[in-house]
Amino acid sequence: MTQDPMAEIRASFFVECEELLERLQDALTAIEAGDHDPETINVVFRAVHSIKGGAGAFALLPLVAFAHRFETVLDALRSGQMQPSPEAIKRFFQAADLMQDHVRAARDGTAGPANADEVLQALEALAGPPAEKPLAEVAEFQPLALVLDLDADPGIADSAEPQTAWQVFFAPHAALYATGNEPLHLLRALSALGTVETRCAYPAAPDLIDLDPEAAWLAWQITLAGEVGVDDIREVFDFVEGVCALEIGPAGGTNACTPGGQTETTQPRPAALHLPAAEAAPARASGPPPQPTLAAKAAESATVRVDLERIDRLVNLVGELVINQAMLAQSVAEAGLAPSSAVANGLEAFMMLTRDLQDSVMMIRAQPVKPLFQRMARIVREASAAIGKEVRLHPEGEATEVDKTVIERLADPLTHMVRNAVDHGLETPEARQRAGKPREGLVTLRAMHRAGRVLIEVEDDGAGINRAKVREIAISRGLIAADAVLSNAEIDALLFLPGFSTATTVSALSGRGVGMDVVRQAIQSLGGRVTITSDPGLGSKFSISLPLTLAVLDGMVVQVAGQKLVVPLSSILETAALTQDDIRALGPQTHVISVRGAIVPLYDLGTELGFRQPRSSYDGSIVLFCVLDNGSSAALAVDAILEQRQVVIKGLQKAYGHIPGVAAATILGDGQIALILDPADLVRSATGHTRAIALALAG
Amino acid sequence: MTLTVLAVDDSRTMRDMLKLSLSEAGFTLHLAEDGVHGLEVLADISPDAIISDINMPRLDGFGFIEAVRAQAKHRTTPILVLTTESAPELKARARAAGATGWIVKPFDPPKLVKALHMVAG
Amino acid sequence: MTDQIFANSAAEVELLSFRLADQEYSVDIMSVREIRGWTRATPLPHAPAHVRGVINLRGTVLPVVDLSTRLGMAPVAGDARNVIIVVQLGGQNAGLLVDAVSDIVAVPRAALRPPPDLAADAAHNFISALTILDGRMIRVLNLAAVLPDATVEAA
Repeated sequence: MTQDPMAEIRASFFVECEELLERLQDALTAIEAGDHDPETINVVFRAVHSIKGGAGAFALLPLVAFAHRFETVLDALRSGQMQPSPEAIKRFFQAADLMQDHVRAARDGTAGPANADEVLQALEALAGPPAEKPLAEVAEFQPLALVLDLDADPGIADSAEPQTAWQVFFAPHAALYATGNEPLHLLRALSALGTVETRCAYPAAPDLIDLDPEAAWLAWQITLAGEVGVDDIREVFDFVEGVCALEIGPAGGTNACTPGGQTETTQPRPAALHLPAAEAAPARASGPPPQPTLAAKAAESATVRVDLERIDRLVNLVGELVINQAMLAQSVAEAGLAPSSAVANGLEAFMMLTRDLQDSVMMIRAQPVKPLFQRMARIVREASAAIGKEVRLHPEGEATEVDKTVIERLADPLTHMVRNAVDHGLETPEARQRAGKPREGLVTLRAMHRAGRVLIEVEDDGAGINRAKVREIAISRGLIAADAVLSNAEIDALLFLPGFSTATTVSALSGRGVGMDVVRQAIQSLGGRVTITSDPGLGSKFSISLPLTLAVLDGMVVQVAGQKLVVPLSSILETAALTQDDIRALGPQTHVISVRGAIVPLYDLGTELGFRQPRSSYDGSIVLFCVLDNGSSAALAVDAILEQRQVVIKGLQKAYGHIPGVAAATILGDGQIALILDPADLVRSATGHTRAIALALAG
Repeated sequence: MTLTVLAVDDSRTMRDMLKLSLSEAGFTLHLAEDGVHGLEVLADISPDAIISDINMPRLDGFGFIEAVRAQAKHRTTPILVLTTESAPELKARARAAGATGWIVKPFDPPKLVKALHMVAG
Repeated sequence: MTDQIFANSAAEVELLSFRLADQEYSVDIMSVREIRGWTRATPLPHAPAHVRGVINLRGTVLPVVDLSTRLGMAPVAGDARNVIIVVQLGGQNAGLLVDAVSDIVAVPRAALRPPPDLAADAAHNFISALTILDGRMIRVLNLAAVLPDATVEAA
């Protein structure tokens, strides 16, 4: 961690920008919903303002320039000069999106958005004439410019040439002391410029008893010798302009006009100089030495930024601990110790602690889905604008927390689904009106925790899936037989087949040959499932079910041909003992079984994995009915079910290539590695013959 | 001698930068995230100088400065306003509230240090 | 690739020598991480015959290559006498299942000979150098060629 500290601050600035952009979106959303609290507008203003401030520090000029114009418009909104009309809010959202583009461009060193000017001009037109400041202020955001005071007296500017001797008359007003300024420091700073001779004057010193300690009594006449420019002198008095009488002129000039007084050097005795402002003694002179306070400490420790790698190491170590604990438990069990023994009890407590620890560690990686949903809000805004539909995105459950990696990898498939909803799901405003619906379509994005998994839904209130058309397309593409008998769910699931697209023309948004099959694949690679439900005329809903984390998995340990395998519990519908009578042969090596009237293709796991030759009898086998991602199911025959347990997922190195049907590996309690099965992938890559049957059956 | 400074700014980036530049210059720095927080921190310390932003949630810079000045022990503590704003009327407001000096962001660390010494010794 | 062993400028190279059937092979000791006793490997479905499977190496998944099969000989029996040499190449670890480890020998680099160009020999690509030590011929293994990633690329 020996990085350049400025680089670290810069990186953290961009993190802060993302937080500010999120706050900006939230506040705009609230304003759109009718929240006219001045503080909400202030939040918007401050977000833009803070980004501008930080961007200035890093000389990110395009971002500064954009933020400045945005801020100026927001100032008009804040002052009530501009009203939050729907048109204005729409533009504000666009500007917020563009601001995000500018931030990302600045972060990644890429070119900023092209259409920024158009949006800003529209906003500026809505805001009316700007309140006089723009150009001058932008100039201030040159990197590292320090503008100390704008009230500089223009009368002195022409005599900027260094003089060898100056006369300075300095008479503080009471306000100088009231604003915490201290003449001593100023005189000291002046003496640093050259040789000074200072005379202190108190024109009409009253008796002490009449002396108002708050009033300003003293004045100084200073002669300064040395190669000093007037600007250097002026800079010393920069903060006190307006709260003192100050005259600067060449030595021997006419403006040295103070009554006589005692002469002092500028190593004055503080007591004498402090007299008029006795209470101005610096606060540090009294009281205990400053201590770091609890409040300050608490504020700094409220959040900690940690390198993701460190967290991952921790996650891995806890994973090891879980495995180790399982191995220990197995040894204890094998040693034949009584369940009530101290060792067994201790182990139980250890097991619970380990589980808690694991949950806590996983929580570190968990993040709310909100930023992801906000990205989707933008997708909806852009996609609907591009095709002239009126669409509102309604997010629900934004606080739901999911593993960071899951969120990151969910962005692409979710984007595609949201675009699909806008593009294909919703009707045109006219068609909606004809159907008696509001012109504005609604896309609902929902996140929730359910049964140890995360459920994410993309729902639209559009026309629903046109099943007749889907069927027609599937037949024309050779995906199903012309006379195939398919349930509604099976027809809907056809959308996920590779190469399927309901759009008869490739639209600019969701076309490009990327179909729902790619979405499904992406979700599956996260250990998730995606399903679809649809009501004609009322809309469609895509549901994604995801594991909370990619690090652990609840699995069923099964035995196949002498090998232990782990099947994700989430994919198992039910299990059953099998007899040969349940099985119907469709061909020499292909079998189906019927369960409650449904015909399900049967796969022998040992055969499919290449562990043994196809078997002649399934007697004594156990089948796992697995739900596949297209909503269909398959039966996997195994030799025995050993246990259910949580396993830590270990990635198989890329070196092995893709092993059909295998998702990852884990280490069991006995220290042996077991492979984690991916039933959907197994069925997909099953022998061609079986697959044809499966397709015909399951669609 | 080490000067103790309280810096109040709602921007984490700005706080990080102040921390970096002022710590390097040998100041003891306390940080607060807004005016209310600044007052809380101030209850336990007696800084030689205070740096405050203007635009902040909960309590803005003007309110913060007024509240600081209202406390007897901080009546003369130098307060520098560090902000991106430079409008004369805002500066006048800050001064009326009791601000000692006004520095426009982005700041140049050596100049900020110089300004701190100018107001706090 | 076969020049790897010659590229190093050190005067001597230390080799870990081991036995496969009745032949003697070796690997540069710098590539060797550790030597482990035989552990049952979990087979990988549809893997090439020489990929014996994966074992648990302190919490990581380590692929094990049956070197004998890889070089076109009969598989290593896989019992308590056999060992797994854990080697590292290009940041990736792998285990080599061999019959037994023999020795660590220091060989002058000058004594290493490129293998004769016998294209007919199936194992030829896997050998980067040869040397004679006490009348025994020791083959220096070209690790990059025998490890699993090379297998996948070739497939």
